[in-house]
Amino acid sequence: MHLISELFSDYPIFGAFKQTIYLTLLSAVFALLIGTVVAVMRVSPIRVLQLIGTGYVNIVRNTPLTLVIVFCNLGLFIQLGVAVANKSSDTFIDTNNFRLAVLGLSVYHASFVAEAIRSGVNTVPLGQAEAARAIGLPFLKTLRHVVLPQAFRGAIAPLGNVLIALTKNSTVASVIGVADSSATMKDMMENRPDVLFVTFGIFAVGFVILTLPVGILFTSLSKRLAVKR
Amino acid sequence: MSAGVLFDTPGPRSRRLYAVIGAAGIVILLLILWFVLAKLDDKGQLTAAKWKPFLTGEIWTEYLIPGLIGTLKAAAISVVLALVVGVLLGVGRLSATKWIRWPSSVIVEFFRAVPVLLMMLFAYALYGHYETFPPDQIALAGVVTGLTLYNGSVIAELVRSGVHSLPKGQNEAALAIGLTTPKTMRLVLLPQAITAMMPAIVGQLVVVLKDTALGYIITYEELLRKAEQIGNYKSNLVPALIFVGALFVIINNFVGLGANKLEQRTRRRGRSAGGPLAPDQIDQAAVAVAAASANQAYTGEPGA
Repeated sequence: MHLISELFSDYPIFGAFKQTIYLTLLSAVFALLIGTVVAVMRVSPIRVLQLIGTGYVNIVRNTPLTLVIVFCNLGLFIQLGVAVANKSSDTFIDTNNFRLAVLGLSVYHASFVAEAIRSGVNTVPLGQAEAARAIGLPFLKTLRHVVLPQAFRGAIAPLGNVLIALTKNSTVASVIGVADSSATMKDMMENRPDVLFVTFGIFAVGFVILTLPVGILFTSLSKRLAVKR
Repeated sequence: MSAGVLFDTPGPRSRRLYAVIGAAGIVILLLILWFVLAKLDDKGQLTAAKWKPFLTGEIWTEYLIPGLIGTLKAAAISVVLALVVGVLLGVGRLSATKWIRWPSSVIVEFFRAVPVLLMMLFAYALYGHYETFPPDQIALAGVVTGLTLYNGSVIAELVRSGVHSLPKGQNEAALAIGLTTPKTMRLVLLPQAITAMMPAIVGQLVVVLKDTALGYIITYEELLRKAEQIGNYKSNLVPALIFVGALFVIINNFVGLGANKLEQRTRRRGRSAGGPLAPDQIDQAAVAVAAASANQAYTGEPGA
């Protein structure tokens, strides 16, 4: 026990996990926004939009996240000079890297969110949309008032999976210098090779604590909110 | 696809409207592309000097092909090991013995909750500290360990759900003709479960291939690392990253297509084996299968 409290006082473990949580939550919001738009494009009656949506999903889903995030930093920022933070700020590098990581994580996971919502649309029975059209609702209103609300409820379990994956994948942000949990773990393992197992244990347990409740919450939500048919 | 359900076949007015929105979509897409290209051009990323290297043999023999081999080698070893680990753990979770079932469950849940990157970093540090592997193999061993543990537990879950999806009679019939429980598992349940789960297992290959790129972080010489080296050598980092990204997309699309083909084949076979169905039953069954497979193929956890 003495060793663990020593490690906790020597290294910013809680701060690192706080960074992981920030990364996850911010990226989750943006991924949900982008993903919903892409999903709507894919189920829309307009061929061009369908193709753009499908193209987005197929390209992004098959690219490694590490490459996406490395590109955000080395490509977007260093080579192309795209900065997403205030350059005169003292914490420019940190803020910029953090936001670039959020950008990469959001763009990457949006494709999975889109697929989750599309599978949710598949759970809505045919008659629902037919009825909506029968009372004269056009496509967007059918989607907004009838199909999407049910689709989201049907997609809660897969969306939960995406959120859990996003939590774990946020560790990749350390590759562009975001001081998250994996960066801190790497740091600790380099400085204290004598306690490798303890270090790994601390971070592994941290992730179990982060992801387990999300899994349980989303499973129970998906049962409670599922539209009974 | 229930897209056809959401809208009527458009009439003349809607067709005009759709054409206008479609055209607007194309215009916006072209504007974005033009903006990106202009930005790239502005920073001198579109010059022939930056893109020509990919046409030379040197870049391929010195960088791209070794990188591809690195990526494929790590993926291949991990998949084989993950299959072994996955089948063992999957069967372990189904075991009637508490002392096998519980540890298997804990192992599977643990390795699914911990990020692959943390496992790689840990394995890499561990092998480096205890000098388990020759120095030039440590990175590969780290990548393979992380991928095997994570994907092994994913495959264990696939095996388990495959066995659960079998009709109950299979187990009972096998026991009734006098097979022991292990033999029932090995000769009757497991082959069917693995066949049923094959598309999902092949689909998992995409995740494995993508996750090898995490090896970049522990200095494993795979495609992404090679892209960076090309970028340093020819000072064309952006083109190199785009090129290697395209390689990944092409390879993974092929693997994904393979998984879909396999799934269609299993589905066809599954339906014909079930005996003739009434027309409305066929529809319902097809819808159920489609929804289930859509869930499986797209909503499994996305790898990094």
